[in-house]
Amino acid sequence: MAVDYATLKKGGFMRQKQKNNFSLRLRVVGGNLTAKQLAKIAEVSDKYGDGYVHLTSRQSVEIPFIKLDDIEEVKNTLAEGDVEPGVCGPRVRTITACQGQAVCPSGCIDTYALAKELDDRYFAMELPHKFKFGITGCQNNCLKSEENDLGIKGGIKVDWRESDCIGCGVCVKACRQNAITLKDGKITVDKSKCNFCGRCFKACPTDAWDTVHGYIVSFGGLFGNSINKGETIIPFIEDKEKLMRICDAAIKFFADNAKPSERFKFTIDRVGKEKFEEKILEAYNG
Amino acid sequence: MADFIIDDIVDITDVVCPTTFVKAKVALEELDDGQILSVKMNDGEPVQNVPRSIKEEGHQILKLIDNEDGTYNLIVKKVGD
Repeated sequence: MAVDYATLKKGGFMRQKQKNNFSLRLRVVGGNLTAKQLAKIAEVSDKYGDGYVHLTSRQSVEIPFIKLDDIEEVKNTLAEGDVEPGVCGPRVRTITACQGQAVCPSGCIDTYALAKELDDRYFAMELPHKFKFGITGCQNNCLKSEENDLGIKGGIKVDWRESDCIGCGVCVKACRQNAITLKDGKITVDKSKCNFCGRCFKACPTDAWDTVHGYIVSFGGLFGNSINKGETIIPFIEDKEKLMRICDAAIKFFADNAKPSERFKFTIDRVGKEKFEEKILEAYNG
Repeated sequence: MADFIIDDIVDITDVVCPTTFVKAKVALEELDDGQILSVKMNDGEPVQNVPRSIKEEGHQILKLIDNEDGTYNLIVKKVGD
């Protein structure tokens, strides 16, 4: 019987140089695995692989040297530990994320919850080519959001609240954009310089800022054979509902317009940036 | 300006991150609840980050004074033990 490599690849089985050996990619969301999952992965790699795993560049785990004949057994064993095969090929790939607000003091958004939500919504969705989501919690950009076809970066929109301000001046220095000035006890924020990093709010001793936690979304990032930094269309997206509409619109644009094996950036370029922006603004405005 | 009485002073201009914060933290640990520490720090990375770290430790920041010589004094009131 001929081996259906396309189906295997869809199920996360990457063909190795070594005949009849596969590196099995696992479904990991937002870079987190439970102890139970890890124990099962260790067991499978020992029993069916070569006793080790590979950590991929996009937060997945692969178990190399899985034998073709063991595939069903391996899948069943992994399922006992809540582990599933991941995906490769022309579809929505692993949703990557930093630890975000739940754990990291710098985080502006709950990256893991968002990764789960996007994974539930789009996992393995068939598309003309690969499509990568990456979520980073803040401007430190540990997760390199602009490398992704669709990158999401957490941000905080601030408005000074005079009633709670003690005029200490900490925010003026915490701001790396030099957007804040303090004069006669009054704070002024140059909104054209603000990059929504939220450092003023996080450093403020009295939390004298009204804040909106939101998203900075970039489109068309690439970091493989071609390199391109994803570009932002809307400076700041205030709520998740809008964010989801925008993600839907971006994926739909890709599904409707891309040629097979064409990455998102090249579809946007070929069809026209203006046309794409129109779709995104439509989704934003609802 | 002097609406607070400084109980102790620590100079962290001679160390770099992450020792800047550690040195300030140790100085705070030696104070009693409610006492006030003045932390002298350099412009740039220390003044961007140390105030926030001290806030996250639960202490109360009262003022940041620009010494106009490339250093700042952060006035902190110790909260808790």
